[in-house]
This record gives sequence, structure tokens and C-alpha cells, in this order.
Amino acid sequence: MRLEPKPAPSLAMSILYPVAAIVVTFVIAGVLVMLAGANPFSVFRLVLKGAAGSQFAVLETLTRATPLIFTGLAVAVAFRAKLWNIGAEAQLYMGAIITVVLGTGALPLPAIILVPLVMLAALIGGALLLAGPAWLKLRFGVDEVVTTLLLNFIVLLFVSMLLEGVLKDPMALGWPQSPKIIAEAQLPRVITGKRLHYGFVIAVALAVGLWFVMKKTVLGYEMRAVGHNAEAARFLGMPVNGVLMKTALLSGGIAALGGFSEVAGLKGSLTLDLSPGFGYTGIVVAMLAMLNPIGVVFSAIFVAGIFVGAAAMSRSAGVPSYIADVMVATSLLTMVTAIMLSRYRVKWK
Amino acid sequence: MMDAVEILFTASFWVAAIRIASPLIFATMGELICERAGVLNLGIEGIMTAGAFAGWFTVYMGGDLWTGVLVAALVGMGFGLLHSLLTVPLGLSQHVVGIGVTLLATSLTYYVYRLALPEVTSPPKIEPFQPWAVPGLSKLPVVGEALFTQTPLTYLAFILVILVAWGLYRTPLGLAVRAVGENPGAVEAQGISVTAMRMGAVMTGSALMAIGGAFLTMSAFNSFFFNMINGRGWVCIALVVFGSWRPGKALLGAILFAAFDAYQIRLQQLSGGVVPYQVFLMLPYALSILALIVVARRATYPKALMVPYQKGER
Repeated sequence: MRLEPKPAPSLAMSILYPVAAIVVTFVIAGVLVMLAGANPFSVFRLVLKGAAGSQFAVLETLTRATPLIFTGLAVAVAFRAKLWNIGAEAQLYMGAIITVVLGTGALPLPAIILVPLVMLAALIGGALLLAGPAWLKLRFGVDEVVTTLLLNFIVLLFVSMLLEGVLKDPMALGWPQSPKIIAEAQLPRVITGKRLHYGFVIAVALAVGLWFVMKKTVLGYEMRAVGHNAEAARFLGMPVNGVLMKTALLSGGIAALGGFSEVAGLKGSLTLDLSPGFGYTGIVVAMLAMLNPIGVVFSAIFVAGIFVGAAAMSRSAGVPSYIADVMVATSLLTMVTAIMLSRYRVKWK
Repeated sequence: MMDAVEILFTASFWVAAIRIASPLIFATMGELICERAGVLNLGIEGIMTAGAFAGWFTVYMGGDLWTGVLVAALVGMGFGLLHSLLTVPLGLSQHVVGIGVTLLATSLTYYVYRLALPEVTSPPKIEPFQPWAVPGLSKLPVVGEALFTQTPLTYLAFILVILVAWGLYRTPLGLAVRAVGENPGAVEAQGISVTAMRMGAVMTGSALMAIGGAFLTMSAFNSFFFNMINGRGWVCIALVVFGSWRPGKALLGAILFAAFDAYQIRLQQLSGGVVPYQVFLMLPYALSILALIVVARRATYPKALMVPYQKGER
């Protein structure tokens, strides 16, 4: 068999294929639900209800989407330039570490100064964490996939070390947890008394900003050019290494903001389970959005909805909540396949 | 200080090192076969998870140990088929598909585990492979105990390295596998299907990765835990680069890595808690990165690695 490029796909086709991908994902999930002895339709109804059936559910979904927007944007920016940052998990934790170090009273500043300062420090920390693998790639040709993956494990162990050492909360009995950050370092809640916080607003603003950078600035153009064909970009005199390094700093910094947002907006302290794989799920979020920053906001909400909805469903229907992880992983594979099939015609011969 | 050196001369240390190396050897050989055919398989971490569960669960349900190994291999092959269908004929990004397969295999494994064992808090145990001393050889001085008092799967791992090396360099099939990773156009011109070769290599490699995972639940330990692969798959990808895509060198890398891992556990006990234990646990991952930096400059990647092939395209 071989693939032939299709003429530019019509609007109907470019909507139909992704929709088909989601339908296939739900069919596969439905079969797995039936294995659990439950009725897929009632299970999916419960998932939808748990994700969007009430004000509480909607706010919970948006809260869960917030870190995924950050990691999704981090991955989207990097993948656009074909910089394979699989280390958003580590960068997110780096941002969280810095937030806790600076936010627990070390800097007695008013909120109006402290919050932006901590945010900037987290950004720089994450940027530097990805600058390492990027430098190794550019200087020595070390594959960044493996280095960023391995750094995830190193940073998580580092967090564990901090939580049992210098960042241990003396008040938390045995449970490895950092002290709470002070009130001046916290991000306010969007609605008083609810969990949705200003991290979400920052994430959406960042998505719009990145969309502008990618579409309208020289850097965005260079990132796309390097991702499309690095050799050609170099031939045209583009500073390819410089562009890749800038991409790395941007991507690592954005992921770290996700850690800042989780600690300063929601949790208040650092724990080892701050991120249940937000960094890895960010890859799915970015791919579902076809690496479009605005799209990332919507795909993050979609993915968060599946997680939040499945957790609620699992409590009442008895289907393991891992069905959400299966659906998210399946949607990644069906979506990339659908995008390919919408652009190429498969010829069997 | 003396103790730290003496450890290296104890047989029990090398027995542990070879045991720790065994799953890495299976998975590294699997990844090596995939990459030699031109396909980076980032599904490795998830496929090892699935293999670990499949093998263990088969035995838990009453199958015998070798049936467990076979089921693990078949499950791995299934994920290899999925990976290769998407990356070879469809030519999708090997990075994205690989991560997708890892996420899918891992989550599917956890889903099935929860479905099959909804109530358990501590995972049930099975009767795993027992060490079997090779008559005569296990009495050899120095290496006898370390190499020849292992479980059958460890012996299989070493035999596998010989088979892979022989297969890749001494058989027409191996020549074809290496050629599709270097110059697929030339292979197609010989009338051999690049698609079939690559898919076959990925499925075979994935089966080996799954057996590597099964080693953990059926030989090294006796039950299945969440997160039990814990980055071993990613380490194997580093080992393939470290071994410059050669089975013998990759084997050496796996043993060195495992020796280091066994050593850090013992140093951890010796240090008496002065240095946080997490520092020791970080060392193997840091070592992998360091090893990559050392070899990166003279690494000669298979030329067509990560390059999708289209029939008739020039």
C-alpha cells in the first residue's frame, strides 16, 4: 500500500475525521465498559454528568484542565519545532518546588509583588531544566527524548528528598508534604468558596498569547520553519540552534507555570502526588489540538472532563476509573490516525 | 570505605547484578531489533508493564510459568502490531505513536488489573521461577555462582543475545533487517517488502520487551505492582544507544548498569542514612544520561531510523 496526498481537505472532511476519531475512541471504551459488566450508554451518561452536569462539575473540570493547559501548551510549542520535550512532568515539579521555596515566607512581600515574582522564578526554573537537555542535544547530539524522560524520574526523586528533608512540614505527621505557602503567595479563586482559581485565567491568557507568538511573530515563524525542515531553515540562514534553544526555554518555562499554578492556586503545598501524570497527558492534549495553542484550551477541557467524569462515574457505576486513562490514550492514537487519513489517500496495490 | 570496595568481590553482589540485568537484556534486545529496522519504539515502557501483568496474571489464573511467558510475549506482540501499523504503513510520528502506545498499554493494564482484582489491597503472589544451578558450571571459581545459579529466564536472556547477534549478522533475514534500517530503497529493489520487514521487527522486538517485563513479576519478584517498570524501558532505550546498536555491546551496557544499580542499593545500606537514599536512587538514571553524553558524538545511528518509507518514493 502507499499514501498519496489528497487535495486540500474540505471543511466538512477536516471536521468529519476528528469526529470519527472520537467516535472510535468511545466505541473501544464502550467495549471495555461492557467487559466490566456495565451498560456503556449509562456509563457515558454518568461520565458526562460528572464532567458537566452541574455547576460543581463544570468548575471541577475547569480546575482539572488548568495544569493540562499549561503542559499541553509546553508540549505544543516544543513539538512545533520538533523538539521532543517529554519532560513536562519534571518541569512542572520544578515550578512547584520553586513556588514552595519562595512562597512559604522567605520573601515577606505584598501579594501584588510576590505572586508575579514567584511566577517568574518558577518560569526560569522550568526553562533552565529543559535548557539542559536542549544544550546536550545541540552540543553533543544527545537525543532529548531519553534525557527528558529520565529527568522526570530524577526530579521526582529530588522532590521526595526535599519532602523528607529541608522542605518537610514539621506539622504534617509523617506524611511527606511541604509547609503551606503564605496567603500573599496564593492565587485568588475565581469564585469565592470554589476551587477554580486564577491559574485557569492565566493559562487561557497564555494560550492566546502563544497563538499570537506562533502566528504573527518572527520567532513563531522560525519555530515552524525549523520544525518543518531544519536543514532548509539552516540553508536559508536561520539560527536553527538559537531557535531550538529559545523554544526549549519557552516550553520548559510554560510547563513550570503549571506547577506554580497548582501550588499557588489549588493545593497550597507540594506533595509527591501533585501531578498524576499531567506532563504525559499534556502530550495527548497538544496532539488532540493539532499543536494549536487555542485548541489546547479546548482539548485540555475535554481531557479533564473525561478524568473528572470518570472519577464520578466510577464511584457510582463500579467501572474502574482507569477507563479515563484508556480513553485519553486511545484518543491520541485515533486522532493522529484520523488527521493522517484526512490528508492522504491510502492506495492498496 | 573498605567495605564499599569489598562488596564488588562478593558473589552475592554479582548474582544480584545479573538478576537485575536480565529484564533489561530482554527489553534492550527488543528495542535494538526495532531500531535496527528503522523504527524507534517508545512503546517499550508500556509494553513492559503489559507483559509484566500478562505473564503474572496467566500464572495467577492457574497457567504454568512458561505459558505465562508465552502469553506475555503475545500481548507484547499485539501492542507491537498496533505500533507498527501506525508507524510503518501509515508513517505516523514514531515519537507520538510510541508515547501513545505506552500510555495505552499502561492504562489498559491497570484497567484490567482493577477489573480482575477489584477488592485486593495487597497484590496476590504467585510461585515464581526458582534458581536452577547449572550442574558443573555453577561450581566454576569466580563466575560460577554469579552466572550459573540464576533462574531459567536469565539463561534465556543470555542465549537470546547470542541468537540476536547471530541472526542479525549471520543470516539473510538479519541482513534484510539491518538493510531496511539503513537503506530501505535498496531492500525494496531486491523484491523484499520494507513494510513487512519493519512490522515483523517491531512485533518481535515488542514481544521481547514484554518478556522483559514478565521477568520482573515471574522471576525477580512474585507479584504485580503499579509503576513497577519505573523507567526501566527508558533506560533500555539509552542502553541501545550506549551499545551503538550492537547486541554484544548492549549486553555489556546492561550488565554494567545493573551492577551499578546493585551497588547503589548496597552503598545506601552502608551510608547509614547520612546521604538521603533518594540520591542513590537517582544515580542509575543520571548514569544513563552521562553514558549517552559520552557515546553521543561517535554514535552511528541506523541511517533510516525514524524515517518512514514509501514505496516508489525517491
